[in-house]
Amino acid sequence: MEYVISVLLSGISVGGQYALIAIGYTLVYGILRLINFAHGDVFMVAGLMGIYFTATLPIGESLPLVILLTVFLGFTIERAAYKPLRDAPRMSVMISAIGVSYLLQNTATYVTGGQPMTYPTIPFLSDTVNVAGTQTKWVVIITPFLVLILVYALTQLINRTKVGMAMRAVSKDFETSRLMGIKINNVISATFIIGSALAAIGSILFFTNYPAITPTAGAMPGLKAFVAAVFGGIGSIPGAVIGAFLIGICETIIKGLPSAWDVSVFSDAFTFALLIIILVFKPQGLFGEAATDKV
Amino acid sequence: MKQKQSNLKAYIFIAVLLLLVILLENISAMIPGLPQVFQPTSPLFTVLKKAAVYSLVAVSMNLLNGFTGLFSLGQAGFMLLGAYTYAILTVPADQKEQVYYLFGGCALKSSIIDGLGAIFGTTGAGGAVSMILGCFIALILAGCVAAFFAYLIGIPVLRLKSDYLAIATLGFAEILRAIFQWQKLGRITNGANMIKGFPTFSSFNITDASGNVLVRLSTFIPFLISSVCIAIIVLLIHSSYGRAFKSIRDDEVAAEAMGINLFKHKMLSFVISSFFAGVGGALFAMYVANAQAKAFTSVMTYEILLIVVIGGIGSVSGSILATFLYVACSEWWLRFLDSEQYIGGFKVPLLRNGFRMVVFSIVIMVIVLFFSQGIMGNNELSLSGLMKVLSGKRERKH
Repeated sequence: MEYVISVLLSGISVGGQYALIAIGYTLVYGILRLINFAHGDVFMVAGLMGIYFTATLPIGESLPLVILLTVFLGFTIERAAYKPLRDAPRMSVMISAIGVSYLLQNTATYVTGGQPMTYPTIPFLSDTVNVAGTQTKWVVIITPFLVLILVYALTQLINRTKVGMAMRAVSKDFETSRLMGIKINNVISATFIIGSALAAIGSILFFTNYPAITPTAGAMPGLKAFVAAVFGGIGSIPGAVIGAFLIGICETIIKGLPSAWDVSVFSDAFTFALLIIILVFKPQGLFGEAATDKV
Repeated sequence: MKQKQSNLKAYIFIAVLLLLVILLENISAMIPGLPQVFQPTSPLFTVLKKAAVYSLVAVSMNLLNGFTGLFSLGQAGFMLLGAYTYAILTVPADQKEQVYYLFGGCALKSSIIDGLGAIFGTTGAGGAVSMILGCFIALILAGCVAAFFAYLIGIPVLRLKSDYLAIATLGFAEILRAIFQWQKLGRITNGANMIKGFPTFSSFNITDASGNVLVRLSTFIPFLISSVCIAIIVLLIHSSYGRAFKSIRDDEVAAEAMGINLFKHKMLSFVISSFFAGVGGALFAMYVANAQAKAFTSVMTYEILLIVVIGGIGSVSGSILATFLYVACSEWWLRFLDSEQYIGGFKVPLLRNGFRMVVFSIVIMVIVLFFSQGIMGNNELSLSGLMKVLSGKRERKH
C-alpha cells in the first residue's frame, strides 16, 4: 500500500512537471502550428542556469533570475529563428526548430564540458516529508498544487485579458486576425514568454527530484510533454494538463512494476505508443476541436 | 536516346570514381614516402567511409522528405533495424559465445557466412566467396527487415499530415530502440550491450596467407554499395513512380484528382526509403564495427535531416555533396576547434572540447535561416551543366 502511494505521488508530481512544459508546446502549436522542438532544450538550459546561478547567488535571487533569463531565451529564439520564416513553408520552421535544439544541446555540452551536473538542493523543496507512511520530498507534494494555481491563472489570462483574447483570435485564424489589426508578432512573443516562464518553473521542480542534468536531459521530457499536449488535444490547455498527469502517472507505474518483468525500459516507449494510438483513432485528442480541411 | 546517353555517361563517371577510390586507398603502398594524408590511418579515409555511408541514408531520407513531401523522422529507427539484422546474421558461430556471454550464447546458433562456408569452403578463395556473398545477402535482408517494418508502421501512420507524421515516426524509432534494449530479448539482440565480431569494411581487404594486406578495399566497399543504391534511387525518381511522388509533394489534392493513388505511392516511397535506410544502417554498423541501440537516437535523425537541408531538399547530388562536406568538417577540418591553439604566443580564446559543435550548429542555423535552398536547391549537379558553367565563365572573361 505504501509502495502504491509513493508511486502515485511521484507520478502525479512528474505529471505536473510535464504539464508545465506541455502548456508551452500547446500554446505555440495553437498559434503557429509549429512543434517547437527547442522547447525541451529551453527547459534543460533553465536547469543548467539554475545550477550556475545558485553556485554564486543566494537562492532567493537566483531563481527569479533563472525565470527571467529563460523568458529572454525563449523570446530571442522566436525572434531570431522563427520570425524570419513566418511566410515560409511549415516544414522550414520545424527544421529551424530542430536546428535551434541542436545548437542549444551543443552549447550546453561546450559550457558544461559534457559532464552531468547535479542540481543544487533548494531549501524546503528538497526537504523530506512523511505522507501516509512514505518518505517523499516536499516538491512532490507542492508540484500538483502549484500547477493547478498556474493553470488557473493562465486560463484567466487567456479568457479575461486583451492579450488572451488576441491569442485566441490568432489561433483561430492567423490571417484574419492580422487583417483585424492584431499585432501578430507581439502575440507570438507573449506566447513564447508564457511558455518559457512555465518551462523555467517546471525545470526547478523537475530537476530538484532528478539525479543530474546532461545536455540531452531536456529532449525526452520535451517530447513527452508534446505527446501530452497531443493527447489532450493540441491547443487546449486543460487537455494538455490532464494528458500530462496521465502520462506522468502511467510512466511511474511502468517504472515501478516488479523488476523481474524488466519492463522499465519501455517507460519512454509507452508514451509514444500512446501517441500513435491517439493519432490513429482520435487525432484531435481528448479536448481538441476537429479540424476540417477545406480544399 | 539522349536520356540513354546521359545515363551511360553517369555510369562511366561512377566507375571512374570507384577506380579512383581504390587507387587513392592503395597509393601509399605503391609509392612510399607520401604525406601522412594518404596513409591508411589518415582521417581522410575515415571521412570517406563515413560520408559514403551517410550519403546513402541522406539520399534515402531525401527521397521521402524532398521528393514525396512526407516529413518523416524515423530514419534512425530503420537504420537500427538494418544494423541489428546485419549484425545478428553475420556474427560467426565461433564468436557468438563471446559476444553473447551475458546471455549464455545466441538463440541463432549459426550465421549466413558459416552456412555458405559449408558450401564454398572456409579458407582461401572459397572463404572469400562465402564471406562476400554472406555479407551481401545480410545487407539485402537488413534492408528487407527495415522495409517490412516500414510497411507495418506505414499502414496507420501514413494517413497523418505533415508534423503529426514527423512526431509519430520519431515515436516509432524510440519504441524500436526500447525493444532492442530489452534484456528479455538478450539472446537475440544482446540486450543493451553491443554486438560485435561481424565482418566490417576492413574484412574486405585482400590479404595474403599470413595476413599482410595486399590490396585495400575498405573504402571502396562502402562507396560501391552506396553508389549502387543511390543509382537505384535516382532511377526510381526518374521513373513514372518518381513523377507521381513529386506530384504528391507539390499538390496532394491535384495529384489525387489526376488519378494517383495517394496511399499506395506514399507507402511505396516510405518502404523504399526505409529499405535503403536499413542498408545504410547495416553499413553504419560495419563502419563503427559494432551494433548498439544507444547509437541510433533521434539526434542521429536530426543530423541526417540537417545534411539533407544543407544539400537542398529535393536534390540527390546536393545531399551527397552536403554529406561529404558535413562529415569532413565534423570529423576532420574543424577538429582544431576542439583543442587549445596558439598563434605565436597568443592563446586563442574559447577553443576547448565541444567548441567545434557550437560553431557547426551556428553555421547550420545560418544556412537554415538565410539559405533555405541549401547548396543545390532542387537542381542536380551534372557534368554537362558543370561544363557549361565553366565555359560560360570563360566566355564572359574574354
